[in-house]
Amino acid sequence: MAYWTHYHSPQTIEETLDVLTRYEGRARMIGGGTDLILDMQQGHHPPVEALVELARIDGLKDITEEDGFLIIGGAVPHTQLVQDARVARYGTCLVESCGVIGGPQVRNVGTLAGNVAHALPAGDGTIGLLALGGDVEIADADGLRWVPMAEMFLGPGRSAIDSTKAFISRLRFPKTGEHEGSAFRRVMRPQGVALPMISMAGRIRLTGETVESVRISIGPAGPTPFLAEKTMAFLAGKKSSDAVFAEAASVASKEASLRTSKHRASSEYRHEMIRVQLPKVLAKAAERARTGKAAPEGVGL
Amino acid sequence: MSLLKLTINGKPIEVDVPQSRTLAQVLRYDLGLTGTKIGCNEAECGICTVLVDGTPVDSCIYPAFKAQGASVETIEGLSRNGELHPLQQAFLDHGATQCGICTPGLIMTAKALIDEKKAAGEEVTDRDIKIALKDTYCRCTGYQSVISAIKAAANGDVQPYIPEAKLAGDIIGHSRPNPDAVSKIKGTALYTSDYAFPGMLHARTKRAGISHGRIKSIDTSKARALEGVRAVLTHEDVPGSKLHGLVTTDWPALCFDKVRYSGDAVAIVAADTADIAAEAVNLIEVEYETLPAVLNPIDAKKPDAPLVHDDRPDGNLLKHIKVRKGQVEDGFKDADVIVERTYRTPMTEHLFLEPECSIGVPKGYDPSQFGGEMDPDAVRGVKARHGKVTVYCGSQIPYADRDQTAACLGLENEEVRIVATLMGGGFGGKEDCAAQIHVALLAQKTGRPVKMLYRRDESLLFHPKRHATVIRIKTGAKKDGTLTAVEAELYGDGGAYASLSEKVMTRATTHASGPYDVPHVKVDCFAMYTNNTPCGAFRGFGVTQSAFAVESNMDIVAEELGMDPIEFRRRNALDVGKVTCTGQLMRESVGLKETIELVVADMKAHHGSKGEEFRWQWEEGPKKYAWGIGLAYKNTGLGGGAPDKAEAIVEMWLDEDEGVITEVRTSSAEMGQGLPAVLSACAAEELGLPYEKVRVLLGDTDFCPDGGPTTASRQTYVSGNAARNAAKSMRALLAGIAANRLGCSPETLVFKDSKIHADGTSVCLADVLTWAKEDGMETKVSYEYWAPKTKPLGTGGAMHVAFGFGTQAALCEIDTETGKVQVIKVVAAHDVGRVINRMTLEGQVEGGIVMCLGNALTEHFVMENGVPWTNVMARYKMPSIKHTPEIISHFVEHPTNDGPFGAKGVGELSSIPTSPAIANAIYNATGVRVMSLPVDQDTLLMAMKNGDKEVLVGWGDYDPVPVLPKTETVPA
Repeated sequence: MAYWTHYHSPQTIEETLDVLTRYEGRARMIGGGTDLILDMQQGHHPPVEALVELARIDGLKDITEEDGFLIIGGAVPHTQLVQDARVARYGTCLVESCGVIGGPQVRNVGTLAGNVAHALPAGDGTIGLLALGGDVEIADADGLRWVPMAEMFLGPGRSAIDSTKAFISRLRFPKTGEHEGSAFRRVMRPQGVALPMISMAGRIRLTGETVESVRISIGPAGPTPFLAEKTMAFLAGKKSSDAVFAEAASVASKEASLRTSKHRASSEYRHEMIRVQLPKVLAKAAERARTGKAAPEGVGL
Repeated sequence: MSLLKLTINGKPIEVDVPQSRTLAQVLRYDLGLTGTKIGCNEAECGICTVLVDGTPVDSCIYPAFKAQGASVETIEGLSRNGELHPLQQAFLDHGATQCGICTPGLIMTAKALIDEKKAAGEEVTDRDIKIALKDTYCRCTGYQSVISAIKAAANGDVQPYIPEAKLAGDIIGHSRPNPDAVSKIKGTALYTSDYAFPGMLHARTKRAGISHGRIKSIDTSKARALEGVRAVLTHEDVPGSKLHGLVTTDWPALCFDKVRYSGDAVAIVAADTADIAAEAVNLIEVEYETLPAVLNPIDAKKPDAPLVHDDRPDGNLLKHIKVRKGQVEDGFKDADVIVERTYRTPMTEHLFLEPECSIGVPKGYDPSQFGGEMDPDAVRGVKARHGKVTVYCGSQIPYADRDQTAACLGLENEEVRIVATLMGGGFGGKEDCAAQIHVALLAQKTGRPVKMLYRRDESLLFHPKRHATVIRIKTGAKKDGTLTAVEAELYGDGGAYASLSEKVMTRATTHASGPYDVPHVKVDCFAMYTNNTPCGAFRGFGVTQSAFAVESNMDIVAEELGMDPIEFRRRNALDVGKVTCTGQLMRESVGLKETIELVVADMKAHHGSKGEEFRWQWEEGPKKYAWGIGLAYKNTGLGGGAPDKAEAIVEMWLDEDEGVITEVRTSSAEMGQGLPAVLSACAAEELGLPYEKVRVLLGDTDFCPDGGPTTASRQTYVSGNAARNAAKSMRALLAGIAANRLGCSPETLVFKDSKIHADGTSVCLADVLTWAKEDGMETKVSYEYWAPKTKPLGTGGAMHVAFGFGTQAALCEIDTETGKVQVIKVVAAHDVGRVINRMTLEGQVEGGIVMCLGNALTEHFVMENGVPWTNVMARYKMPSIKHTPEIISHFVEHPTNDGPFGAKGVGELSSIPTSPAIANAIYNATGVRVMSLPVDQDTLLMAMKNGDKEVLVGWGDYDPVPVLPKTETVPA
């Protein structure tokens, strides 16, 4: 079966939107296409009349800095992002999360924009960007506008972006500055499920040894990528210490909805992983905040 | 259609293709670059990797027009002017290719890594390789040779790891690549799906989708009406036997009364394209009366269980297999310690990276009718002729395919020809007929070649798996560590059709007391029909399952005795003069104790190299480490009274261009295990020829005599003997001719260096062949080798011609924070009788170890209510390069009298003891004993936290887990 009949490679955002308009809902945007094409082949998504790729749109393959933000073009493949020294420095957890997506061949093609638009509750890049406080730039007939990531997710695999009409043109996050750091960890099941048992990311800002502010994302912990706001509130103003991070983990463990998903992980195991892994994530982020050194870990493993 | 412009391997091309194409499709189907393989179509296995502007991508899901204007590199572009690329040469030298289907993907992925590192002026490390090749899978090699090959190509001066052979001849015992390795490494090797015939149609199968139902009606009218459909066949169109099967004829070619598992074939369609055929399949309407299904072997044995086959006298019982030795009650009376436990093993999947493919070519086919000249027959050096219906397929048993196809077509066996092509892995999963019968039916119906290539999901759904088992085992021993008795009860889930269940479960049963001298043994095994996917042959053939139970119990008994587990095994190990549980006296070739000592020495050396004493277990931070040990034995050959023979032809002739050609022909299967290397070596050694000068033709039933099934670790022994003896006959023939001309006695002649040496003189073989022609003598001999007779189970005689023996120790790391288990190192020693080819043998050993590591830690084919949950490759994890441990292996050579040069079978042996060694290591590290496989880190961690001593780990095949009935008193 032909999963798509036409393939378009527009060069500008306007041209892209024109193509989408012309197909009246029968065309879909793709970044690398690594999610959508699999979904179509496996019968989870009906065939489409046309695929429209982002890859050749001017400027969308760039990573730039602007007004304290790091801006990732919608067509930037994971590999490019992971190898970028600025992302490593200003958004370490994003490198760590995008660096473990799929294998190298998939990372060479798949994009962060596609990962976010796919809206899986435990999409690695999504969890990383959510902790950083990312925004997405949506391009549609109304033009371009920035939307906070948290407003993007409607349910498992459902985002506010209708890929037959709109796409993510760019993503951004405020760069971690002085006294700031971030980190990501995940636990995979060795048997066959391509999704993590649990993943989590944290961004922390210290004043001296005190947690000034923190953002924590966890997935899967509900139908959408989860921001652990109670845990964040608990931590604010507390001392940065292993004991406090352990307490934070128990808050997070209560706040997050950690279900048993068959063939993937038990609820008990997920709670245990938050207890064990979240303090490590926070401690690593805090260490990076203290030292100003951020060498991403675990990339490609 | 649109114009696609690419630069492929440095050459600009333009091709007019539909925009719906993937890059892999353009390369393979539009440009004929079939070196790029498709394994899964879901970006999982990585064997389709090509480089787009230097970057590795999975071409199977890469839209071709995404590459518009790009530079694409494929395997075909690597060798220049006939010279292998250094990476290809390294793969050859290190034995890093076996079946070869993944080789192009591995090489292309590695090339990108080396290019990148070279540009950065950096060395390539093991870690780099494990990251870069994380998602480029190989099912055969176990990756160790792949890693060393890549390092050698990148950094130079890396020697392949290949253990020494102690006994060596001119050819035998040395390292040589499989004869077909170069073509696999260059991407020119042809697998079934690489063949294309002019006028070829494409076929698809309508499958049941439900686990049990009575067929009320089949309506194919809409499918027939679809444009481009050439034939739609149901059971009514099967002219001959409606059933086929290897041991029991119970498997419908196309279902007629009932469907018995979700993968059952109900109808087949041939159409102009595979897409049209798929659409037509969706238009076929089948009405069923849904029947209650039986979904596990224990329920299947209950008196009120639904019947899978309505007409069998024993209901769902396929076979009750018994082993009796001594009086087991007496044995337990003598025991000071008795340990009884129940173990479970899951259904597992071969995951050969080449999905099944068959091409049927009708009788009388003429390619010119379809405007074509190309006929793949020519590729095999054989003149094209289609005097009979021919099936091209990757087959482990070409003659059985032929006979089953002929029966269903209502033809004589000789009216069907099977051409076994190269096979992208088999491991037992390509013994039953896949679409062989179907394509023959469709080809005859349409008068055109018909290709049936299974999608990965269909392959997962259809083909027989490794049996899920429930094994209760009771082991008794005296205080001094002497085993007194073993009693076991096994339930095997045979699925919907018999396949090789009876044989597999027999092997599980006869090996259920382990490679030990046990005076009293009683084993009962129930091979049951269920409505699950059929189960059949899988490397290890039942012994992989029972060994997990046997070796786990051995460790428990040793602990209860307060005895070192190695000492306990040493004390009971089989040896010459001992008797197996089936009553076979071991007369020779039992190197088990030597394998134990070699492994123990390596375990000690591991610590000694760090200046430490040997320790079974220790901790470092949150990580626990421990060794675990497992022993195994595995029969060579069919045994059990089954006649076991192979026939081989050796022919020599003088070719105008190539000079003397020596060819060995037999219909045995090469699926990566290295059979051609064995056959070449056996013939070359006898004829005094260089190894490279003996070529091998396998699996064409019109040209090659029957080599029997490629199963039971039998080919080296049986076909090796056939080839060797045929070569000996050839030598006698040539010696006679030469002696006649030289006026000497044939016994005085020596064959060496492609010459025949007489006292003070020598003649080259070309001259002798010329003399033979002048004398009107045919230089073609065949030899039918019959393995020594064996005795059926229950008669107490020699059930098998020989056994291979092995010991493995696994060093595992367990993360106490996550429960994750990593195998760090495996040390292994195997008694193989005699090493024929060190390189290909080591490849078998390493591949078997890593496959068995997967059996312990990652692999689980999950059925839910009779339908596979594991319906995509992403839901089945075989070991990747990340999982591969350091492997140190040794060969023990206790020659067996009747083996070729003393060799025994080895294909399965190494894939048996690894799982229990890992399970024992986990216990030694954590105090938690896993009672089922695969080990689930979730459950393991929770057990560690909760202080549980024994756990059933993971999401079982059966939910809830069936409980064994109270032990029945089975009459002896």
